[in-house]
Amino acid sequence: MTSTTDKKNINLTLKIWRQNGPDNNGFETYYADDISTDMSFLEMIDVINERLTLEGKDPVAFDHDCREGICGTCGTMINGRAHGPEKGTTLCQLHMRHFADGDTLVIEPWRSRAFKIIKDLVVDRSPLDKIIQAGGYISVNAGKAPDANAIPIPQETAETAMDAAACIGCGACVASCPNASAMLFVGAKISHLALLPQGKPEAMIRVMAMVNEMDRQCFGNCTNHRECEAECPKEISITNIARLNREFIKSGLF
Amino acid sequence: MSWFTNTFKTSIGKKLIMAVTGLSFICFLMAHLAGNLTLYGGENAFNSYVERLHTFGPVITLIELGLLFLIIMHILIGSVLFYQNILARPIKYKVYKSAGGRSLGSATMPYSGFIILAFIIFHLINFHFADKTNNTIFQIVAEAFANPLYIVIYIAAMIVLAIHISHAFWSLFQTIGVNHPKYMPLIRIAGIVISLIFGVGFGFLPVYVSLI
Ligand code: SF4
Ligand code: FES
Repeated sequence: MTSTTDKKNINLTLKIWRQNGPDNNGFETYYADDISTDMSFLEMIDVINERLTLEGKDPVAFDHDCREGICGTCGTMINGRAHGPEKGTTLCQLHMRHFADGDTLVIEPWRSRAFKIIKDLVVDRSPLDKIIQAGGYISVNAGKAPDANAIPIPQETAETAMDAAACIGCGACVASCPNASAMLFVGAKISHLALLPQGKPEAMIRVMAMVNEMDRQCFGNCTNHRECEAECPKEISITNIARLNREFIKSGLF
Repeated sequence: MSWFTNTFKTSIGKKLIMAVTGLSFICFLMAHLAGNLTLYGGENAFNSYVERLHTFGPVITLIELGLLFLIIMHILIGSVLFYQNILARPIKYKVYKSAGGRSLGSATMPYSGFIILAFIIFHLINFHFADKTNNTIFQIVAEAFANPLYIVIYIAAMIVLAIHISHAFWSLFQTIGVNHPKYMPLIRIAGIVISLIFGVGFGFLPVYVSLI
């Protein structure tokens, strides 16, 4: 499926999850004919939706915003892979040249108890926001802007924190986790704050609050399958989950 | 007490208990295997090892009770985590493909766990609770493994144990927060080596006993 075709345009069969209400749901088959391989995946769905609209049918609802791989709004499962088969790629940055003429693609929303389906492929990812609200912030006294570089931070620490901060909150880790666990997301958020001096004062309260909220939102328990790390479009490492565990141990036991 | 329940009722807290109890089982299995190796010394070596072991009397009973407690915790908490994880995705994917993270061990943890539990009960009935009034422990062992079915069951159980530990070992380090690119590759190799040692070490014993 990742083979690149020389042919410019391809024909695909799409089996898309349609849902409008709790009982009105199921897979619908659509034929995506004459799709340019230069299109992104979302542009391909745009084309399908244009055709559906012209036929007087309800277009497929899907989430998207920046289409640059930086906002974390897009995302569906394609043939059982979160954001599709390419490594380190969001759905909006996935191009049709990675598919072959005649492919059948099963397109499903993120599935987990925490993410309720709003419509078709759009899920409510606000449980991730709830986790952030529980402690994914730092408190500062507003006022005059502090001097730049007033707080020295070793380069390596800054880089590690930055790697964790690359998380765009797309939810692919939850979607791809066999346990629908949000540990990679929480690990990334905890890490990027805990590594930096600004995040230290609240670190111990933060980790407890965020883990409790994660449980309250009914995400599953991590069993270290490492599917999240393999699917994350920002390639966040599970060493961040280990750091989350360390922070938790410090907070819970010491 | 509240900090205690607050810590261990969380998802990570429960996993910490799984990790620490699991580590204690690995330590126990190492001692168990070391003791069993006396079987290669023949009947007398094995019987005298068991006799010596029993001179520790109450200490052994204490360790047994401790292990029993840890096993019960491991099973109960593992079951809760397993059940919660089933609930966490009520509607399954029509198509789901691994991106390369899962392993045979990780994908089968709860199932291999329950098989090992069934085996432990079977094993304790065979040897621990066997009537030892007229037979030495070696005779009981030799008699059991004269039956090919027992050999098959024991080897199969040891394969399952090896699969369980192949994931459990590195996973427990990850859970207690020990993961760094510097040494994680080493921990992963150690996990494979330990599961092979347990699988081959325990698994070959029934065959050896049936041959002598
Ligand atoms: S950790 Fe990766 S997969 Fe999970 S929400 Fe962040 S960017 Fe998405
Ligand atoms: S639409 Fe913003 S990351 Fe895909």
